[in-house]
Amino acid sequence: MYRYDEFDQSFVDQRVTQFRDQVSRRLAGELSEDEFKPLRLTNGLYLQLHAYMLRVAVPYGTLTAQQLRQLAHIARRYDRGWGHFTTRQNIQFNWIKLDEAPDVLAALAKVQMHALQTSGNVIRNTTADHFAGVARDEIEDPRIWCEIIRQWSSLHPEFSFLPRKFKIAVTGAPNDRAAVKVHDIGLRMHRNAQGEIGFEVIVGGGLGRTPIIGKTIRKFLPKQDLLSYLEAILRVYNEFGRRDNIYKARIKILVHEIGVEEMSRRVEEEWQTLRDGRLQLPADAIEFITKQFAPPHYPERPERVPALEALRLEDRDFARWLRTNVAPHRVPGYGIVTLSLKKGDVAPGDASAEQMEAIADLAEKFGFSEIRVSHEQNLILPHAALADLPKLWPALKVLGLDTANSNQITDIIACPGLDYCALANARSIPVAQRIMARFNELAQVHEIGELKIKISGCINACGHHHVGHIGILGVDKNGEEFYQITLGGHAGEDATLGSIIGPAVASDQIVEAVENLVGTYLDLRQEGERFLDTYRRVGNALFKERLYAAA
Amino acid sequence: MPLLKNGRVSEDAWQKVPDDAPAPSYGPVILSLARWQAERQNFLGRNAAIGVHLKNTDDVAALQPDLDRIGLIVLDFPKYTDGRAYSQARILRERLGYTGELRASGNVLLDQLLIMQRAGFDAFVIDRPDAEQAWRKAQRAFNVFYQPTGDGRATIPELRRHLLHRAAQ
Repeated sequence: MYRYDEFDQSFVDQRVTQFRDQVSRRLAGELSEDEFKPLRLTNGLYLQLHAYMLRVAVPYGTLTAQQLRQLAHIARRYDRGWGHFTTRQNIQFNWIKLDEAPDVLAALAKVQMHALQTSGNVIRNTTADHFAGVARDEIEDPRIWCEIIRQWSSLHPEFSFLPRKFKIAVTGAPNDRAAVKVHDIGLRMHRNAQGEIGFEVIVGGGLGRTPIIGKTIRKFLPKQDLLSYLEAILRVYNEFGRRDNIYKARIKILVHEIGVEEMSRRVEEEWQTLRDGRLQLPADAIEFITKQFAPPHYPERPERVPALEALRLEDRDFARWLRTNVAPHRVPGYGIVTLSLKKGDVAPGDASAEQMEAIADLAEKFGFSEIRVSHEQNLILPHAALADLPKLWPALKVLGLDTANSNQITDIIACPGLDYCALANARSIPVAQRIMARFNELAQVHEIGELKIKISGCINACGHHHVGHIGILGVDKNGEEFYQITLGGHAGEDATLGSIIGPAVASDQIVEAVENLVGTYLDLRQEGERFLDTYRRVGNALFKERLYAAA
Repeated sequence: MPLLKNGRVSEDAWQKVPDDAPAPSYGPVILSLARWQAERQNFLGRNAAIGVHLKNTDDVAALQPDLDRIGLIVLDFPKYTDGRAYSQARILRERLGYTGELRASGNVLLDQLLIMQRAGFDAFVIDRPDAEQAWRKAQRAFNVFYQPTGDGRATIPELRRHLLHRAAQ
């Protein structure tokens, strides 16, 4: 894990001091809300429906046990005892008081964290594969590059007032778990014909009102050129991105309007002036970051564990949990364990201070003190010995974190929706909870298999509904909440956008509609097909016919 | 308008000439890019300093052949949220090697002085009694920076390498 050195620490400490001064000027009336807004936004502080919300960066979704414990402390001391993990691997606190916000930032700085780049029209917190460093199919740990980008993008003097927010994601594996094709910039690490590792650079993807799959502007970028190339893309965007209409200001619209060839030409031309400059990454600078992501020393643990096999046979719930929530680890004898934050009684992604503390304890006991946040709004223990799972699972059960539903129908992504968000048209969380309640039988959930439901409360698509196998979008029809359904979206390496199936359904119909779609899938599926496979094979028509025939 | 230049509130000796007005007979003038391009020869013969006010959609490379004849370039922030002039400033300083006065005008906020200075600005059209104090505060706010710009500061990665090399010796 990356540890701040004295420079990184000074930087975040100075940032806290600066913000404390800005807040006190605001409280004293020396700054108007208009003048204060850009200052609080660059520190992750939003004004929401009921209170200030602070969004804290969790760079590339990696936390230490100590950091998670501090987040629990913040939840308890400055919030109402809860934190909300987001689809961008961050955490939000929904009930922050303005005069206490600088203290929260100081508490974060103490554990090498900050809220920089989590709001405003800047380069946002860079996200990565949540299995980074432990996935079997990985070429290189993408977090090395996310950290290099984090440093370069922190308070960048040229790119602090971009046309719109800017999101970068990095994957180091061919199986894309970071959704790189729906980011402003997606970086996919791969080997070229000479066997060197570099980046495919994908630009102009995104969800929101105008969902677009990103396009490749460079097939192979050598590692040492990463920052100069990013600077070239950002400069072209800063100069030419639209500023006349907030809904057309993302880079995807620029790429769409001028075309990918012209975009590529402008970036390459700009890059020629930058590539040999001070942004070029010397080998020892890369090495400095790389060695901090060296894997822990894994003691040898057995691959075949009799106690685990016995429990698997004895307890169906454990067997189910093993199947969905434990992924293969690159080191034999270990597994990657997903702790589900989707139990149905709270909002997807919510964790209590007590849960966070208990997870920190478990990470120390069973997982080299490391925790990950996934963009699917779950937490992960990335290095758990298989031999420890019979002890870990009951502990998770006590905490309510044992739901065996990773990537299943109840592992729903949902934005905060109308319950919290000023932009929303409809509620998201209660819809997610009602669907979870309907599919609460694990046997049924496992019978259905992999199925990703994603729910957004408005067209800004924070719940990523465009890339849900079943996407649900809240719309307002004459003051009533309706939900538009899309099918066939997917955010992997074979990314596709969902297509709208028909007229929106009323709030009291949405659970039945999902049931109906699942029923159609179960009737039509062939051996081994996931929902997405069946949908891709048969298309929209049958699903539509049966859905609206029932209505 | 008061001017904050190199950290001090200063007299502004420059006179802005609207496109449809005749140029004054003496003294330094600020012209639009169009006026400068149209009447370049006349103004060069006038024997007084020349400044050009660029819109944030103008291509700064248009001034490249004349940069050593131009004493002032004014860049524009129509709203503080419109950050195009930050790129224009860096290109002028770092790529085109412009060394004259680079002035920020428009919606210039005190809390943006530091990033403006980092991007290459050394003068600011700003109407605030506390501008000098804000400048000093901005200069003290940080002593570590991640990004290389033309501001003469070493970056954190550079300082880090320097330490590593010293430790290795």
